[in-house]
Amino acid sequence: MSELLIDNISMRFDLPNGGHVQALKNVTLDIKSGELMSVLGPSGCGKTTLLNIVAGFLAPTEGTITLDGDRVVGPSPERGMVFQQGALFEWMSVRENVSFGPDMKGMSRKESAGTVDHLLEVVGLKDFKEKAVYELSGGMQQRVALARCLANEPDVILMDEPLGALDALTREKMQSLVLDLWKETGKTIILITHSVEEALLLGERLLVMAPRPGRVHKEYRLPFADLGVGNDLREVKKHPDYNNTREEILEMIWNMEEEIMGRTEENA
Amino acid sequence: MGITILLLYVGAFLGAFFAVKYITQIFFSRVDYTSLKTVTFGDESAVKANRVASVLSVITILLLWVAFTNSTLPLPKAPAPFEGTVEFTYTAKAPDGATDDANVTIIVYREDISQTLDENGEPGQIPTTPEIEPGDGFAKNDATVVPRYGYKVISVRGNDDVSRRDGSEIVAINGQPIQPGEAIRLPEGDVGLTDKGTPFFEPATGQRMQRLYLPAPEVATERLGDLFVEGYRNFTLIEHTWISLQRVILGFFFGTLLGVPLGYAMGLTNWARGWFDPIVEFMRPVPPLALIPLMIIWFGIGEQSKVILLFLAALWIMAIAARSGVSGVAITKVHAAYSLGASKWQILRKVIIPNSLPEIFTGARVAMGVCWGTVVAAELVAAERGLGMMIMVASKFQLTDIVIVGIILIGVIGFAIDVGIRQLEKFLVPWKGRI
Ligand SMILES: Nc1ncnc2c1ncn2[C@@H]1O[C@H](COP(=O)(O)OP(=O)(O)OP(=O)(O)O)[C@@H](O)[C@H]1O
Ligand SMILES: [Mg+2]
Repeated sequence: MSELLIDNISMRFDLPNGGHVQALKNVTLDIKSGELMSVLGPSGCGKTTLLNIVAGFLAPTEGTITLDGDRVVGPSPERGMVFQQGALFEWMSVRENVSFGPDMKGMSRKESAGTVDHLLEVVGLKDFKEKAVYELSGGMQQRVALARCLANEPDVILMDEPLGALDALTREKMQSLVLDLWKETGKTIILITHSVEEALLLGERLLVMAPRPGRVHKEYRLPFADLGVGNDLREVKKHPDYNNTREEILEMIWNMEEEIMGRTEENA
Repeated sequence: MGITILLLYVGAFLGAFFAVKYITQIFFSRVDYTSLKTVTFGDESAVKANRVASVLSVITILLLWVAFTNSTLPLPKAPAPFEGTVEFTYTAKAPDGATDDANVTIIVYREDISQTLDENGEPGQIPTTPEIEPGDGFAKNDATVVPRYGYKVISVRGNDDVSRRDGSEIVAINGQPIQPGEAIRLPEGDVGLTDKGTPFFEPATGQRMQRLYLPAPEVATERLGDLFVEGYRNFTLIEHTWISLQRVILGFFFGTLLGVPLGYAMGLTNWARGWFDPIVEFMRPVPPLALIPLMIIWFGIGEQSKVILLFLAALWIMAIAARSGVSGVAITKVHAAYSLGASKWQILRKVIIPNSLPEIFTGARVAMGVCWGTVVAAELVAAERGLGMMIMVASKFQLTDIVIVGIILIGVIGFAIDVGIRQLEKFLVPWKGRI
């Protein structure tokens, strides 16, 4: 039903000094409804730029994005966003943050109460409903951000390193939560991450991007996300293919980084 | 005297420090997180205002105030100026070489006698010159009065049988030979001869300040009471204070009312930023005090000119605060709000305005401080009411106690305003500094 088409996107930033950066070049992707796609790539390969274009915060210099046949021209509630951190509203309580989307639609507190309570229960923050967000830990704040995004019932959820700032243990719990929510709600999710493990565990599809210009390097279809739903993620990691794929991708990204370093050294 | 006070002050600072440190070590050795830190010097978070020191600091100032003024409070005091009756003899030498002694009686009275009240509630009177026996010989006895901290040339020869015009001169004071231009020191003061050979008396000033320079604390307190009840220049202290405050509140209110939207506009649109930038950047470094003359030329010396002055003082500060409040909003918050379906208007209300509140409060504190300082200055220049006018007029009449009371009140109110805004900020912007 909600098919996200990224059609031949290119993005070029003109720099003040007259030069330019080709952040993305001819990126084409077809993301089906309910797919969970993780995106990996060396720093600066255009992951955030791609996500910002899909979210509608940036207009690509070439190409189009369509969701369900409608062209994306700006941000809209059907494409929800979860940021790395600092995107919660400190002046609102946990509940007010989560009900922000419904509030914007003009829903009364009563109407949204059911959804909000349910989501807070799902992310395990039922008892923190009336707390101020600055009183929560980093992991709890990201759960609020997740609940806030879900409360708006978007078709596509875009996540830019949502778990990047968390410690390993909290991160693992959050990964399970993301998987469970994905299965339960059937949302389309694009998740950018720097962690190869996270990309493997969560990505039903895994996209490796290459830099300069930013482009799709390789794509995988992986079984681990399905295995991970409702299961211990550490068990999934024991899957025979897991380590092989991990090594392969690590090698790939390592080589790209090497290449960048080498190239900058030549320039220098 | 200045050096004495400075040394005493430094002594109190260090002495109290070691005393308090010693006492706390004995009685309250506490183990908390800070006390366990081994690195405290340079760790800003380990430095907290020692409230004992704050209290002692205020007490020290009050004690010094008492000690170095003519206070009647029973506390340690610096040496007093001489007050009372003093006598000295002078020896006059006639042209023929004959000498004769005569007595001079001087009553030294309080310099602020007319500002004191006697038992009947009447203002004190300057004592009259006492009647004394002229005595015998060609030099006759004299009497006069002189205020503390005063200086008096005493024309002792007026009643003498032989005067300076006849070639007679004074050769000794209290039996001590003396030349014109010299003086001898008595415990009660200095007696000497002017260059022309006339005796003068300068009472000993001790180490205390006279009322004109610094009134004693109880005098200031009493004056405070008077000002409350009777007022000064047709208005009570409350009225003077209120009119000053009212000007500040009005000026600040209108300045904020216009400045904040102006700042928002500058933070949100290119056109407004470009249009108002030159004006704001130009007006920002102009001190409000420099505008007083222009305000008086344009709007006269009434309320209008003062409120407009304070309005201008607050306007730029609030505009700049609001502008930086808007610029300070994290783009992720704005993006998040758009993705959650907020309209521009909702973004403004739900994200930009709340996000700018901490900056606006910081601006409000600065603006209130500047307005309060400016109103006093403006009233010093021209006003019929207000704390600034009160101290200005009082200073012309040398009523230092009113000046001191006024200054203390200005300080206390300024401080209270600041604390008030800080409390309001804590209540309205609890997330400030915790993001
Ligand atoms: N506003 C901009 N102006 C100019 N260049 C930009 C801008 N935004 C991004 N770029 C450039 O585009 C390229 C891709 O940036 P992007 O932020 O998308 O990388 P990324 O893959 O998200 O990196 P990271 O993993 O470090 O977050 C970079 O080379 C960056 O310098
Ligand atoms: Mg990025």
